[in-house]
Amino acid sequence: MRLGGKGQIDRSKPVRFSFDGRIYSGFKGDTLASALLANGIRLVGRSFKYHRPRGVLTAGSEEPNAMVEILESQHQQTPNTRATVQELFDGLRARSQNRFPSLAFDVMGVNDYVSPFLSAGFYYKTFMWPRPFWEKLYEPVIRRAAGLGSLSRKHDEGHYEKAWAFCDLLVIGAGPTGLAAALTAARAGADVILADEDFRMGGRLLADGGEVGGKPAADWVEGVLAELSALPNVRLMPRTSVTGAYDDGTFGALERVSLHRSPAPHLPRECFWRIVAGQTVLAAGALERPLAFPDNDRPGIMMAGAVRAYLNRFGVAAGKRVTLVANNDSARATARQLMAAGVKVAAILDTRPDASAVEECPVYLDATILSTTGRKGLTSITVSHSGGTSRIETDCLAMSGGWNPTVHLTCHLNGRPVWREDIAAFVPAPKAVPRLTPAGACNGTFSTAACLAEGAGAARAALAALGKTAPDIDLPQAEDAPYAITPFWQTPDVSGRQWLDFANDVTTKDVKLSAQENFASVEHMKRYTTQGMAPDQGKNSNVGALAVLADATGRGIPQTGTTTFRPPYTPVSIAAMGAGGRGAGFAPQRYMTSDQASRDRGAPMIEAGLWYRPGYFPKPGETTWRESCDREVMMVRASVGVADVSTLGKIDIQGKDAARFLDLVYTNTFSTLPTGRVRYGLMLREDGHVLDDGTTARLGENHYLMTTTTAAAGLVMRHLDFVHQAFCADWDVRFISVTETWAQFAIAGPKARELLATLGDMPDLPFMGVAPVTLGGVAARLFRISFSGEQGYELAVPTRYGEALFRDLLARAETMGGGPYGMEALNVLRIEKGFITHAEIHGRTTAFDIGLEKMVSAKKDCIGKAAAARPGMVGAEREQLVGLKPVTDAALSAGAHLFTPGEQVKRETDQGYVTSVGYSPVLKSWLGLGFLKNGRARIGERIRLVDHLRGIDLLCEVCDPVFHDKEGVKLRG
Amino acid sequence: MAELIAKSALAGHAPLTLAATTLAEAPMTQITAILPFPGGAKAVAAALRPFGLTFPDPNRQSVNGAMRLVWTGREQAFLVGPAAPEMAPGLAATLDGAAAVTDQSDGWAVLTLSGPLARETLARLVPLDLRDTAFAVGAVARSGLNHMQMILTRSDTATYEVMVFRSMARTAWHELAEALQTQAARLDAMS
Repeated sequence: MRLGGKGQIDRSKPVRFSFDGRIYSGFKGDTLASALLANGIRLVGRSFKYHRPRGVLTAGSEEPNAMVEILESQHQQTPNTRATVQELFDGLRARSQNRFPSLAFDVMGVNDYVSPFLSAGFYYKTFMWPRPFWEKLYEPVIRRAAGLGSLSRKHDEGHYEKAWAFCDLLVIGAGPTGLAAALTAARAGADVILADEDFRMGGRLLADGGEVGGKPAADWVEGVLAELSALPNVRLMPRTSVTGAYDDGTFGALERVSLHRSPAPHLPRECFWRIVAGQTVLAAGALERPLAFPDNDRPGIMMAGAVRAYLNRFGVAAGKRVTLVANNDSARATARQLMAAGVKVAAILDTRPDASAVEECPVYLDATILSTTGRKGLTSITVSHSGGTSRIETDCLAMSGGWNPTVHLTCHLNGRPVWREDIAAFVPAPKAVPRLTPAGACNGTFSTAACLAEGAGAARAALAALGKTAPDIDLPQAEDAPYAITPFWQTPDVSGRQWLDFANDVTTKDVKLSAQENFASVEHMKRYTTQGMAPDQGKNSNVGALAVLADATGRGIPQTGTTTFRPPYTPVSIAAMGAGGRGAGFAPQRYMTSDQASRDRGAPMIEAGLWYRPGYFPKPGETTWRESCDREVMMVRASVGVADVSTLGKIDIQGKDAARFLDLVYTNTFSTLPTGRVRYGLMLREDGHVLDDGTTARLGENHYLMTTTTAAAGLVMRHLDFVHQAFCADWDVRFISVTETWAQFAIAGPKARELLATLGDMPDLPFMGVAPVTLGGVAARLFRISFSGEQGYELAVPTRYGEALFRDLLARAETMGGGPYGMEALNVLRIEKGFITHAEIHGRTTAFDIGLEKMVSAKKDCIGKAAAARPGMVGAEREQLVGLKPVTDAALSAGAHLFTPGEQVKRETDQGYVTSVGYSPVLKSWLGLGFLKNGRARIGERIRLVDHLRGIDLLCEVCDPVFHDKEGVKLRG
Repeated sequence: MAELIAKSALAGHAPLTLAATTLAEAPMTQITAILPFPGGAKAVAAALRPFGLTFPDPNRQSVNGAMRLVWTGREQAFLVGPAAPEMAPGLAATLDGAAAVTDQSDGWAVLTLSGPLARETLARLVPLDLRDTAFAVGAVARSGLNHMQMILTRSDTATYEVMVFRSMARTAWHELAEALQTQAARLDAMS
């Protein structure tokens, strides 16, 4: 029910919204919860387990009951949105959740009546039954019945953002403490970030009413915010929940950027911030504790502080006839303010026998609530008190069990909070998080005046630690009443369930049962009962639950301790943390200069690492990739093919010790390589396994150009850096990647030289030669190397000319019956030649395994040489590289395993595996490369190839891995 | 053979201007890596002196007119600028034996981001403190641009230069453009 003249809502801006399909209206400045209450709606959700009717309990992010689904589009549906956080905007659509078919009539409400069978631990105990009982029946049913909101089951196509921010002082929370801290630091010129989870800063000053500095508290807040927002060194971050404290002054925070308005192009829904602060003042405030009494979860039973917030901030009376129950003095303000606003207060119930009874309404002392009525909304309570037992008609019960300082962030680095008997609450341990100072209510300081002073003091100390001085600021006059509390944890000797954890449906009885079954440690109790595991993470129930546990076990509260607080403080959507990382945003795309030319020819692109490379170049009439691939292979073998090989890593190495350095990293010798020549090299890891292979050219006396495989380009660069810095930092050698500086094209086939001749004056290079050339005035490099087994060249030009050269080479090749070839053909060509790739040098193979142990020079040491000679690294028991050829015309499969014919097919008899396969149109057969135990000695034998995944089982001949031109006549010719 | 046509990494990408902040590809210039050998510092300094440049300290650049020597790593700096093509061969000769000299011109895509939203745009992709106190004009860093590595230079109060591997230019453009669009949308939403 809306009250006239109160609150900070904008009554000139009415807002229409829907809840469960019905249209309602509220005002700008409302939350969904305040607007629902203003419309007289008390029932907003169903509980997790028993499907109990529930209403709004709080006015903040700790809300355990009022969780709804927000519907944006068919793709965007956000479950478990707290109605107390969701701002109202025109067109907002919300839906209650965890009910079927409707909120008012929920068939799963039957759970509530069978609750004796569903007590804590029930679910776990069913697993001790025979499997058929729970597997098909209980588990699926219980999983369906429990749980909260539902998902759209579609990709979240929404736009999210991630960002970093840096500051001298981070102030978390913008209540009186935070505002005083921010103002102090801001006036001192420090870079300040003030973050607050609410959309309107001010914290309890907005909710509690009262005066600060002789004017309404909300007006004082306005003044401070106006000053702060005008300062260039201050960043105000409303709607931003600081969710976690991490190392070195880093905090995670979630900003709700556009969840409070209709979507706009490019405007993210949420932003996940990483804030790095020199110092931090934690001014997170405190959370009010519920009281435990029978059926204390009915819609209409709310926190006293929340009732006050709805009254003062939103101008809403949470009920027509309100009752207050509390164990402390400060909650009395709720009743007084309601009465002042003209709302009927039925009674004040004080659990303390010695509290004051002087109020303008009936006050019952030593009060305990025996029962409540009203299934879908509170109608009455029965209370026993010092004067007897009374039944009170009431539609709203405001309760206060005292306040828990919000210590969460101080515990994220393993700090444990400390019990303070005088306020019956946990406070942060000193220095729990380095460079973070808790102040105000989160530190157990509750009066407004004390909060203001502590905030300002914390900011001054923080700035002093940063070497800055902050002048004192004039603190305004404010409320400074003492906080008098006598703990009241549960109602003794009554029947009926007393709820502790509303969100997970945990009662005092469940906690006692846990202790009785010897799950007596607080961490065990949490897991046994699921208390504290719901979206509110026990914000409302933790202290109450452990107090009940302490009572049940006979230990004190400090001895019982708390469970572990972990980030995030409030739920963070994974979409925000992974902003931009979905689909193509997962990794950068690397494009070759030939990319467009290849796509123009219809080539499908294959991802090779981050690179996109053409698979094949389909010609009209070709319907399968095999047709294109076969044609391209034959083309290279018969005339000439052109392929972009720019993705291979290239490292420019210079210095007087360059040759010495290469001798160290390669197994073979490069110091003896003449200038103008190229040599194939093999590189080992320190553990003796093959790291990479490639060719290295000597461009000058002290100048080499190394190439690496595409896959290992970064790995090799890192390896070289490591070897240089760890083993030979004083050597005269320098190197830098030039992978991206050159576009390089393979020209392969019997007509390769003929094609080159059309480009102009080309040197007559010997096999494995290199020379600088000029192409149309551009300085280029020509290599005579071959990965296809044919006469082969590679031509490199500065990358800017890559596309032009590629198109030019293709045109020339096509006039000669040649053309481009893609990765598929490139793979077949190299398999025919027995050339290895990272399919073979996959990290577990040695030089011996791939048949290149002779490349490990006996005359010098190299990285990995000693480790490669260890027992077990050489010998017949090793799986060795072999060629495989099916005895029929069947297709082979990479990944298949090899078995001796006649032996049983099982893990123990495994003889090896297949690494690469391809169809050779030259040999008219499938060919494979693989590793076979003692393989080189078994050439000529037959082996059984089994692929359980693809259902392949066939016989192969074990061959030499080189199928084509074993003598290498063609590539030298 | 006919003259080969040169293409920049982002040929075809027109500058994007939103809220007075512009993302654009910088004109192609000469980039030459200079890596002094051990003991080569003096000779390098002497070779650079006639050009009014000094070998930069880590995370800094040395500037003379349109020519810059940008720190890019341990014992590594890039000579960047339109005047470089003429001077590079001469410099290479005088640096012979004192430093390894390698052409890097075609290896990098160079983007500039300039305007009031530049810093906030970068804050979406770059994990560095870019405040004046930590990253003043002239500062250089090798860092990450989201998943890519990059060389970031603050060329002016509100102008940054981003260098990424040439092959990743389109991803860099896309991510910077999206971050800029987001910042502009946030600005719109506030007004």
